[in-house]
Amino acid sequence: MRNERTTSRREFLTTSLVGAVGFNAVQNLSSLESARSIEQPAKSRVSIAYDSLLRGPLPDAHGTAAIRHDSKTLDSDRVSNLLDQAMQGLFDSADRGRIWEKLVRPGQLIGVKVNTLGGRGLSSNVQLVEEICARLQEAGIRPQDIVIWDRDSTELERAGFRIRTGGSQVQCFGTDRVGFEADLVTFGSVGSQLSRILTQRCDVLINVPVLKDHDGAGVSIALKNMYGAIHNPNKYHPNGCDPYVADVNMLQELRAKLRLHICDATTACFDGGPAFKPEFTWRPNALIVSEDPVALDQIGWQMIERKRAEQGLKTLAAEDRAPRYIETAADAEHRLGNNDQRRIVVSEKHVA
Amino acid sequence: MQLNGGLQTVNRPALDRTNPENPIETGAAAISSSTLSRRSFLMCAASAGIAGDILHAARRSAASPELDTPRAQDDALFTAEARFYQKLPNKRIKCKLCPRECTVGDRERGYCGVRENRSGVYYTLVHSRVCAAHVDPVEKKPLFHYLPGSLAFSLATAGCNVNCKFCQNWDISQARPEQVPAEYIPPKRVAELAAQWHCPSIAYTYSEPVVFSEFLMDAADAGHEAGIRSIVVSNGYIQDDALRAAYGKMDAVKIDLKAFSDSYYQKVVTGQLKPVLDTLVALRKMGKWTEIVYLVVPTLNDGDGEIGGLARWVKQNLGTDVPLHFTQFHPDYLLKNLPITPVPTLERAREIARAEGLHFVYIGNVPGHPAENTYCPRCQRVLVERVGFEIRQMLILKGACPYCKETIPGMWHA
Repeated sequence: MRNERTTSRREFLTTSLVGAVGFNAVQNLSSLESARSIEQPAKSRVSIAYDSLLRGPLPDAHGTAAIRHDSKTLDSDRVSNLLDQAMQGLFDSADRGRIWEKLVRPGQLIGVKVNTLGGRGLSSNVQLVEEICARLQEAGIRPQDIVIWDRDSTELERAGFRIRTGGSQVQCFGTDRVGFEADLVTFGSVGSQLSRILTQRCDVLINVPVLKDHDGAGVSIALKNMYGAIHNPNKYHPNGCDPYVADVNMLQELRAKLRLHICDATTACFDGGPAFKPEFTWRPNALIVSEDPVALDQIGWQMIERKRAEQGLKTLAAEDRAPRYIETAADAEHRLGNNDQRRIVVSEKHVA
Repeated sequence: MQLNGGLQTVNRPALDRTNPENPIETGAAAISSSTLSRRSFLMCAASAGIAGDILHAARRSAASPELDTPRAQDDALFTAEARFYQKLPNKRIKCKLCPRECTVGDRERGYCGVRENRSGVYYTLVHSRVCAAHVDPVEKKPLFHYLPGSLAFSLATAGCNVNCKFCQNWDISQARPEQVPAEYIPPKRVAELAAQWHCPSIAYTYSEPVVFSEFLMDAADAGHEAGIRSIVVSNGYIQDDALRAAYGKMDAVKIDLKAFSDSYYQKVVTGQLKPVLDTLVALRKMGKWTEIVYLVVPTLNDGDGEIGGLARWVKQNLGTDVPLHFTQFHPDYLLKNLPITPVPTLERAREIARAEGLHFVYIGNVPGHPAENTYCPRCQRVLVERVGFEIRQMLILKGACPYCKETIPGMWHA
């Protein structure tokens, strides 16, 4: 019997030729790309949409109308609109259907990587994630082909997500349910096993981090949220997570699948993170969206610094915890995006 | 984390399938009801080169949560407040267990991955959480001057406080506890199992016992109450207070000295050399029987100058009677680009150390090599003949050479 994996000489030569053409094309593309990045690095776009009424009406002069202003629950219609506004700002299009159809294709498996370390107080908002899943379905993705995930199912539940496995609904579970790949993947200083949700249940990854201060890393936003996809994040916290955060984001399977970053800044943390400490949180009532995680982190970091200054706190640099990994992620070895603010176009929109 | 090549690697299930009838393969539940006779047990040990795999982890094969949800581990069962840490403002803590001194925020873990800050209280997550348990010859640790020919009930939890690029047990040492199947085996049960398997000692090994110090201390107490000794196989990367509290309860210690240069410790181990040297000196002052293993990694720590410096340091600070094992490296984990250590490299290292005046210098992971034997430093006769983990001859009488009466340091008889 012929071995299924045996390749005939003819097939081999054909494959080799195609491979050679492909290789040349890739070479040409990458040399073009590197030439362009040296001469004229592309600008990155970051879109921020705010809605001060996200939790309901603002208090009146006497503060008596603050019915839901301090609520953790968001107004679903306003969340939906805020997401659309942020996405339109990023893609310069009012056609939300077309925006999402550009990002995903029917038949693909979509992972929505949330951040649930902070419990109900400081995790990716459930209503926001539901809206993202709704947009994905509008773009033709079957609900069962969407998985909302993080490292641990219990943490997902604590953050308000309902664990769902099987059936024809949107799936939701942690890596604890399926484990990690046995093989290590490496880049630079990092050697890790990847979540089998990422490797086996995702063709496209949508990152939904939270805007947070981090006592070790400085900030934890889009790039650092990928620590939730590896088995050994504790090994990569020394030296302010630098260069580890950048190296983790270079892991091939992650880099190839990451398509969009939707940072939940409805509630954010300016100090004492990454856990939820009410005294160190504020409510920007915003979403920050980008295809460039480095640019998003750079802008998010500055938002945290502004809030810290407002609160009379030292800068992160003064506390010796500036997030240096953001610059590393942008360096020549990584090229994960732009951290130079002159090359980041920020579009801001205030919905209310 | 283990250094000594294949010797201290956790036995994988594949090895154990050589004896499918062996009931100790069926998991921890089988331990208490094992019907394996001592004879068949020893046969198994001799034939497979191991004495038994008591726990082993089955890997899952498909990412399907509805089909394959792993058995949940009751976290509360394994959680106990850590003993070595300091509380800081804003619910942060500083770990005082190892020289790394991780500052850990609320809901975060230290570098080892097995200690977690929960609202400002630091917890170990691995008390009694045994992810590997085997009955091993003590020579596998290796301890060559400590109860030769005896068995050690050997166990580990997940976690390690360094990240050696050559680790052979990285699948447990570099994992978080919830990622590794484990059994609840509390200290008294550990002592019972050691007695049941005719082990005069309990060995804390395979991963890094520093990170499960609380469990180690309690198991050592339980063992001593039952007349069973405790030995630890460690990287020695531990703070002095913790060392005295935890390893003070040990009867013998094997330290993996991974190199004699700080740059190697930083680049390959993710640690520091000096604290390990301090540990060795402290153990000497504490009167603990200590042996040293040095894994010789080609091109990285095998220079004559480094080996000579190591030997001189040992002689000056620990004396000439400390056994020093040069063991053969095998490519693994993140260091697969280097070859197995050539035997002549190991022999040269041994000669350098002997020339510096060390009396007991061994070569490890090379079964059948004459440098596995113990020789009398005075008359040069073979006193303990070894092949791999097997003792062929043990001639030491009352701690002395039977030929010239030279005292041979170690614990030779129970």
